[in-house]
Amino acid sequence: MRRPIAPRRRPLLELTTVEPPAVEVAGLTKRYGDIPALDGVSFEVPVGAVVALLGPNGAGKTSAVEICEGFRRPDAGAVRVLGLDPRRDAGNLRPRVGVMLQGGGAYPGARCGEMLRLVASFARRPHDPAKLLEALGLGSVAGTPVKRLSGGQRQRLSLAMAIVGRPELVFLDEPTAGLDPAARHATWEVVQGLRRDGATVVLTTHFMDEAERLADAVVVLDHGRVVAQGSPSELTKAGVAGQVTFRAPAGLDVVTLAGALPDGASVSEPRPGHYLVESPVDPALLAALTGWCARQDVLAEDLRVQRRSLEDVFLELTGRELRP
Amino acid sequence: MTGPGKRRVRGNQPLPVAGDVAFPDLDARLPDFTPDPGTAPLPRMLLAQAAIELRLALRHGEQILLTLIIPVLLTLLLVLGSLVATDGSSRADYFLPGILALAVVSSAFTGLAIATGFERKYGVLKRLGATAMPRSVLLGGKTLAVLGIEALQLAVLSVLGLALGWQPRGTVVGAAVIVLLGTAAFAGLGLLLAGTLRAEATLAAANLVWFLLLLGGGLLLPLSRLSDSAAAVLQFLPSAALADGLRAVFQDGSALPAQPAFILLAWSVLAFAAAVRWFRWE
Repeated sequence: MRRPIAPRRRPLLELTTVEPPAVEVAGLTKRYGDIPALDGVSFEVPVGAVVALLGPNGAGKTSAVEICEGFRRPDAGAVRVLGLDPRRDAGNLRPRVGVMLQGGGAYPGARCGEMLRLVASFARRPHDPAKLLEALGLGSVAGTPVKRLSGGQRQRLSLAMAIVGRPELVFLDEPTAGLDPAARHATWEVVQGLRRDGATVVLTTHFMDEAERLADAVVVLDHGRVVAQGSPSELTKAGVAGQVTFRAPAGLDVVTLAGALPDGASVSEPRPGHYLVESPVDPALLAALTGWCARQDVLAEDLRVQRRSLEDVFLELTGRELRP
Repeated sequence: MTGPGKRRVRGNQPLPVAGDVAFPDLDARLPDFTPDPGTAPLPRMLLAQAAIELRLALRHGEQILLTLIIPVLLTLLLVLGSLVATDGSSRADYFLPGILALAVVSSAFTGLAIATGFERKYGVLKRLGATAMPRSVLLGGKTLAVLGIEALQLAVLSVLGLALGWQPRGTVVGAAVIVLLGTAAFAGLGLLLAGTLRAEATLAAANLVWFLLLLGGGLLLPLSRLSDSAAAVLQFLPSAALADGLRAVFQDGSALPAQPAFILLAWSVLAFAAAVRWFRWE
């Protein structure tokens, strides 16, 4: 009965295996009445990767995840999860897929540890519930009824319920919403641990730093459409360049400075003594900039590197702030 | 089990190493998350689900009030008091079958409907639906829990009744068949209610129906106490069939009263068909 599982280490030659993706979504469309929740969404999640669906509230993240979990039926489009149909093959998929719902879904009257033991008892070889609670910082509230847990504790219990059965694929819907920084870091550790050990993770978030830190790939959603996807570094590199600002005596020759910098850099002096360099930011740029200043015997003060963040990317793509 | 060598580099991207956030001993503190999925054997799932449903019901004060305390108080009130006249048989013999029927309605209908309605509201049903446990096991677990509570209720009330002079006739088998059929009919109706109405509406409706059946549904008082025309209609209520069936067994010594059993069977089939058709899990 033991299912074959994804290989834990990639072979040296990637050519030898072509693994089908853990999740494959093509042209998903879903409407609630007149409101389109998803409008032709396509993305793939490779086996063993962490993929973040990023977007503001109402972007369609939860709809996409719940279609993959088999809770909702798309109006159009195709979904394959671990090569199976999430609704038709639900019975085969449920043991292999861990799910963390928004809102948790624990019995309010059950004790924290009791609830996790219940979910563990559905799996063939679950994690030790007590150890898992301990690892998530819930050991001291194992005997506390769910309804008396704080929001962050409930979130972590919900995460524990999603992973206690040793799933291959884990869907985490807003796993860190409402968490304090310590609980957020505990959740991040779990996601990194899952990735370390070869599980596949799909998470939704509207936190940029979370997506940048955790995800191998980010799918940016807005109004039910994919507005960008790629690795965090690809997304932050593409398009508009980064910036370097510094202060120096007014009236430097910005044209010769630009000439001394790598191709494509532009230099301006928006206010006297304040300089702005727009260019892809890399070590070579900084070396050229500080080298030119040294040759001119100019001290560049208050030098700041501003790399583009996913937040900037989102703002540029949608014209809107991400945070609700 | 795990060590530094296990830390992998995937593609071109190293594991994110946080600047301001350290993950000092990730390997040591976290369990090995290597996937190893699988479904537990069905009996284990069923027992676990039944056990938690039972524990939650026994822990819930209002449920105990409804399923145990009110029937016990009613027994004391009706058998020891002289509030309601009987037909001449002993007060315990006259009232006990109806109170046992009321106990079944309390747990199989009202208690189950309210608990399930709030589980639906709080997303518990949805969450459990995402586990490896099939929905049939969830329903089986609920059934076992209801039967467990009924066993407790019937034991407590029977001992109390016997202490008050109850002299039941008939057989345990006949009574058990009626109780099981009554449980099926009322559990089906309770799930239908819980799966179609909002939790708050389920709470109100389940309590209201319980109260109406208590007074006018043949539970406390046999329908023979009502007018003939009313009794002709009300005898087809599941509560009347359940109570009449238990009276036929315990008062008259009937082996298995056919009409009540048939009425309860019909209600069971209709209620479960409707629940399967209209039950919404979220």
